[in-house]
Amino acid sequence: MGTRGMSGQEIAEEQDFVTVVTAGQVFGLNLDRVRDVFVPRGLSPVPLAPPEVAGLLNLRGRIVTAVDLRRRLGLGPRHGSTAPVAVGIVDRGELYGLIVDAFGEVLRLPRSRCETNPVNLDERWANICDGVYQLEDGLMVVVDVDKVLAFDRAAPRADG
Amino acid sequence: MDELLGDFLAETGERIDLLEPELVRFEREPNNAEMLNAIFRLVHTIKGTCGFIGLQRLAKLAHAAETLMGQYRDGAPVTVESVSVILASLDRIKLILAGLEELGAEPPGSDDDLIGRLERLALTQAGVTQRPVDFSYLGEIGRPLQQGEVSLEDLERAWLEAPGPDGPAVPEFANRDLPTRSHTVRVGVDMLENLMTTVSELVLTRNQLLDLVRKNGKSEFKAPLQRLSTVTAELQEGVMKARLQPIANAWQKLPRLVRELSLDLGKSIDLELEGGETELDRQVLDLIKDPLTHMVRNAADHGIESSEERIKAGKPATGHITVRAGQEGGSIVIEVEDDGRGLSPAKIRYKALASHLATQAELDRLSDYDVYKFVFRPGFSTAGEVTEVSGRGVGMDVVRANIELIGGTIELKSTSGAGTVFRIKIPLTLAIMPALIVSAGAQRFAIPQFSVVELVRVGGSSEHKIERINKTPVLRLREKLLPLLDLAELLGLDEAGWEKNGSGDIALTVILMQMGPKVFGVLVESVFHAEDLVVKPMSSMLREIGMFSGNAILGDGSVIMIIDPNALGNAIAAVDLPEDKDLSAADETEALNVTATSLLIFRASTPVLKAVPLSLITRLEEFEAETIERMNGDDLVQYRGALMPIVYFEGDRRRNDGMQPVLVFTEADRPVGLAVDEIVDIVEEPLTIEIATDRPGMIGAAIVRGKATEIVDVSHYLAKGIGVRLKQGQLPGERDIAVLLVDDSQFFRNMLTPLLEASGYRVTAAGSAEEALVLKEKGVSFDLIISDLEMPGIDGLAFAEQLKGDAAWGDIPLIALSSYGSPKLIERTLKAGFVSHVGKFDRKGLMDTLEECCKKWGRAA
Repeated sequence: MGTRGMSGQEIAEEQDFVTVVTAGQVFGLNLDRVRDVFVPRGLSPVPLAPPEVAGLLNLRGRIVTAVDLRRRLGLGPRHGSTAPVAVGIVDRGELYGLIVDAFGEVLRLPRSRCETNPVNLDERWANICDGVYQLEDGLMVVVDVDKVLAFDRAAPRADG
Repeated sequence: MDELLGDFLAETGERIDLLEPELVRFEREPNNAEMLNAIFRLVHTIKGTCGFIGLQRLAKLAHAAETLMGQYRDGAPVTVESVSVILASLDRIKLILAGLEELGAEPPGSDDDLIGRLERLALTQAGVTQRPVDFSYLGEIGRPLQQGEVSLEDLERAWLEAPGPDGPAVPEFANRDLPTRSHTVRVGVDMLENLMTTVSELVLTRNQLLDLVRKNGKSEFKAPLQRLSTVTAELQEGVMKARLQPIANAWQKLPRLVRELSLDLGKSIDLELEGGETELDRQVLDLIKDPLTHMVRNAADHGIESSEERIKAGKPATGHITVRAGQEGGSIVIEVEDDGRGLSPAKIRYKALASHLATQAELDRLSDYDVYKFVFRPGFSTAGEVTEVSGRGVGMDVVRANIELIGGTIELKSTSGAGTVFRIKIPLTLAIMPALIVSAGAQRFAIPQFSVVELVRVGGSSEHKIERINKTPVLRLREKLLPLLDLAELLGLDEAGWEKNGSGDIALTVILMQMGPKVFGVLVESVFHAEDLVVKPMSSMLREIGMFSGNAILGDGSVIMIIDPNALGNAIAAVDLPEDKDLSAADETEALNVTATSLLIFRASTPVLKAVPLSLITRLEEFEAETIERMNGDDLVQYRGALMPIVYFEGDRRRNDGMQPVLVFTEADRPVGLAVDEIVDIVEEPLTIEIATDRPGMIGAAIVRGKATEIVDVSHYLAKGIGVRLKQGQLPGERDIAVLLVDDSQFFRNMLTPLLEASGYRVTAAGSAEEALVLKEKGVSFDLIISDLEMPGIDGLAFAEQLKGDAAWGDIPLIALSSYGSPKLIERTLKAGFVSHVGKFDRKGLMDTLEECCKKWGRAA
């Protein structure tokens, strides 16, 4: 029970997730990796950046690199009037904001219920997904934060 | 790790670093007793401390070294071998220290080899003067260290009490070092970095507050905010200073390096270090250490010849390498100079060809200066053979990359047979960077000011147009061709933007940049302002883009990317354009110097700096506010026995009290005063109007001393003053003299026309000689022609030649206007048919000349 206090040495029986929704799909992010959730404002696009990078923004005096989960998953652009939200992540001292359609909730789920990726999952998804949970009202795909940020960083040239 | 042990490691490491260069110097100056004592004390301290905290291995080794050094103090001759053995012992000590740091205890091993050599040398050298080796104190103090038992006070007392090599040396050491110890605090680098980040954020917050107050106009926050602003600036400066270290820290290891190289290579080399006290940011210091070492290594290995070769070439047998550092504005300049064989351009050309770095055709086009730059290309080494020392594939390209990484530049000058100078220019700090905020592809970017030479307005109504050779855009500026880069296109924001815009419909700005000897223009949509940016490193995710050197948060809170000028320089290299020889650095600076204008910088009405050419101003005066009188709604002041109208800038009004600074202009011997808030400075700078404006009273904006400055249209205010005078009935009578003013610069036309009119001349202005000739065809006639010499198309001289002997205009006196006047040019001017030559900003000279011409040709009013 209540294994969060076990100093992380042993694999806890349960894991906390922050759920987010993008393109109608529920994703779960490891709560320990999430620093905060904020509304991305004043995004400055970065020319020549990988397409996954939505831009840079100022979050309380620190510069955050915003990565769009939709683009990371190869999904089409965001429609609708609701403003996207961003999940703040710290990776090796640098701040990233993962832009998603909407913020969900915090869930505690037993690890034993996590199932491996379905074999027919799209490759782009399989690259960053770390299993699937069957929730009452749908499926939650576990997203590995490190893998989300690990994409080809070479600048794409305009001429391909 | 035990705190005491940690302190010991840090201090001993530092002491050894200090010791090395001293020893190398000592080898040359064996009679320098003071140096010897210093070295001796250091070794003794290491020995004493090691013994005290139970580091037997270190203590024994240090003791043996100390014994040998004792011999020197007693007058034994210093030999190369003994210094080498002592240096080797220091290396071993460092090795043990490293092990100690890792394991928390001395690593196992024996130093008998070194101790044996040290003792043997001590015996053979000292002969009868050898002192008995005294290990007794080790027995007394050298017990195993027990945790927490030893306090620092004990340690220091023990130092003082430990039997020293002689009586006074120990107390002297204590006196020398202890006071500084108590006044300094060792602070972790992380701590300083955090502090810096915090201060940076404070600066940002302050900027945002300042922005808010500026927008709200009058606010009670203004005064405290001003104070906050000052305090923040002081704090920022303080933290910056705390991060500064003398550059000597970066080159401590160089003397030993050169000593060892000269032994290995069998060359005789002297190393001279100058300006070691020059301070720079710790971060920068760390980054230049390796490049510096590499360059000195190169100079010793490839630069300096063997003694025989040198003698044959008529040079002193001993080669010299000089490393000097100094501050130049906001930059640190480091030079590594050797008096060796220098670089042979022919050899480099050959190498470049052989290693397929360039084709023969390309090489033929390059000047020697550019050929030298191949040295900085990857995979290039001029050394005929790969030696032990350098030439292992790590070359000057790595040095250049490292320097450019921190916004620095590297250049080299070389004279075949006489030596080579590498000149590195690096910023004093990487944390704060003055930059121009520009727009390209409808987005804002920052361009570091250190690389910006000037701004040029192109297209639209401007006199400068973008032209193209094949598909390469170029700009004609002062008779020279500049290659252009379209920033938006380069960033993939707007493909072929210049083709759409550069044709002349839309006004754009070209930022003239200089990277080394390369001058090129960067096309942007507009330049907003200059701002000091607190630079933050680019996210590692975006570093590979290569176009940005960092990013920053602007005063309005948005994130801006800082363009890397080196990337632009490299991009222009990729553009195939023969480099104009006339654009070499020397030539360019000369061109800039001759057109330098003295400008009076002042503030009035708004916080933005304003400037006026100094030559237009007769005097600077200050009047008590109450002496300014009001008549018919105009302000007048008694000045030199007459009434002088005082005019104000838009939004400015008469002061109620205090002193009112006034710029006095003279209009047809009648003064007009322009009231200003504050006179800031007088600077000598080339004046280029970047951004023309339609605002009355303003000619446009220019960058003066790195700051956006409004250039005031004096004529507008003079006209106001004359208007006042007209009302007061003071205007001089109109003369019936028609003057044609030919000048390609709108600035001058705008400035001179009202001035001339105010003096009673009837002025017609023409923007080019061609335009003037059209007037001639139309049968218009003038009494006088004033023409600029430097104009695109038909220039002033050609214009004068064309008028020579012309039936209609041949007899009209011609006055030449020029921004510079060498005797040679004046001679050519007169030969071409001008009657006089006047400096562009010499208003009085022009008026006098006009007056003279009028008298001479009998048409004076």
